[in-house]
Amino acid sequence: MADLVFWIIAAVTIMSAAFVVLNNQLIYSAVALLFTLFGVAGLYVFLWADFIAGIQILVYVGGILVLVIFGIMLTNKIKSVRISHKSMQQGVGGVVTFWFFIFLFIALTKAPWAFSDAVEPVGTVREIGVLLLTDFLLPFEIISLLLLGALIGAAVLSRGES
Amino acid sequence: MTVDFIFEFLSGLLDGFISSNSLLIISMLVPCLAIFGFITVYALVVIYAELKVSSFIQDKVGPMGQGVGLHAGKWGLLQPIADALKLLLKEDIIPSSADKPLFILAPFMIFIGAFISFIAIPFGESIIVTDLNIGIFYILGVGSIAVLSLILAGWASNNKWSLYGGMRSAAQIVSYEIPAGLSLIVVIMLAGTLNMQDIIKYQAGGIFNWIIFDNPFVPIAFVVYFISAIAETNRTPFDLPESESELVAGFATEYSGMRYAFFFLSEYANMFVVSAVAAAGFLGGWHSPIQGFMDSPAWGVFWMINKTGFLIFVMIWLRWTLPRLRVDQLMNVCWKVFLPLALINIFGVAIWTVVFNS
Repeated sequence: MADLVFWIIAAVTIMSAAFVVLNNQLIYSAVALLFTLFGVAGLYVFLWADFIAGIQILVYVGGILVLVIFGIMLTNKIKSVRISHKSMQQGVGGVVTFWFFIFLFIALTKAPWAFSDAVEPVGTVREIGVLLLTDFLLPFEIISLLLLGALIGAAVLSRGES
Repeated sequence: MTVDFIFEFLSGLLDGFISSNSLLIISMLVPCLAIFGFITVYALVVIYAELKVSSFIQDKVGPMGQGVGLHAGKWGLLQPIADALKLLLKEDIIPSSADKPLFILAPFMIFIGAFISFIAIPFGESIIVTDLNIGIFYILGVGSIAVLSLILAGWASNNKWSLYGGMRSAAQIVSYEIPAGLSLIVVIMLAGTLNMQDIIKYQAGGIFNWIIFDNPFVPIAFVVYFISAIAETNRTPFDLPESESELVAGFATEYSGMRYAFFFLSEYANMFVVSAVAAAGFLGGWHSPIQGFMDSPAWGVFWMINKTGFLIFVMIWLRWTLPRLRVDQLMNVCWKVFLPLALINIFGVAIWTVVFNS
């Protein structure tokens, strides 16, 4: 049963991701991205990372995807619903992605994957919180500073004063 | 009544008749049907309440059964059913210049967003579909589907009113999510967990153990959360996305029949979700206000539904009392009042906890 659910989620993720790339209408790609992001959240749940799955939906669906759709709508002529983009340099792109696929395939099959016998944790939130404020305090603070910088930068840019 | 419980129950009942996989699927479908039934019945009740409360506030009688014929039943009790039937029978129109796939997708998406929030809402000590470890966080997260579907509805309709409505709702929900989330952090800090049932269990033992009475900062957090929640459900005084006097019906302008009903239903379902989160997070959830008084598991459902229902009543009350905000007032309230207040609350609660509770 769990296997079946996993394969369904994986299929949804991959098919919607392919749709994102192959479709030539930007807004449809953005909508398909929604299903990809949900699929990835589902895969996180299978890895017992429920908190990360929640973050995935909150940040990517609630924040980034909304921003993407805002971007599409505000940077184009709103009059027409159809916004399309074409594929360019298909030959070169095909060759590059083919070899990249071969490379990834070899890497994935040859890699010594570390399988763990750990049992499912009761809750991951407490552990993540403790680790963020002890072992990973410095990276955490650096990211906070980076985000604060971005926030101030956005505020300065949007004020539009000289 | 978690999925596991239903699974155990069904496998005891139907052991050997069907495989355990199909049993698992059935035991997942049962809560889905239950939630769907609940939303439908609740919507009928709350539509009636909305009609009656609005009428009483405006000094009218509202829907009534007049004269000999049963126009709307006694006290107009059949009015919501008549409304629902009208929506079901209405012609379903898709504008020829609309973006058809997205136009069809948007109402379903918004309903799914409201629907899956119900999974983590505790109706009683053991009545919850799935007691997620990240319950309150999950509800906040899936709430963001509503934003997307509203923008898509506005965009796909290919109508300027719809697009304005969609844009406004997106801007509004994205902004008000922040004070709402920050106010819930106060609850999470005090209870020390994201699990809905554990948050409620933390508030055991009478009205003064409820999180809202924990310290002087929490009532402010509750008010900030509740007002932000009203803004997130796009209701008056925050109904700019569908303000009838400016935008016809906002994002729902081009929708009719069942598709419009989905928007309608999800607005009411979202009202229930945000009120239930407020009731569970601040008002003790399924605990009785007086310890030991009507405090059994069965009464838990009564308390939870009533606390939620009271908050929904307050929402209806506000809707018919207050005028609509302007866009600039809306954004000022969110970013210049609620956001600093919510941040001060977090610091205040943290300091209070360290000084008095540890």
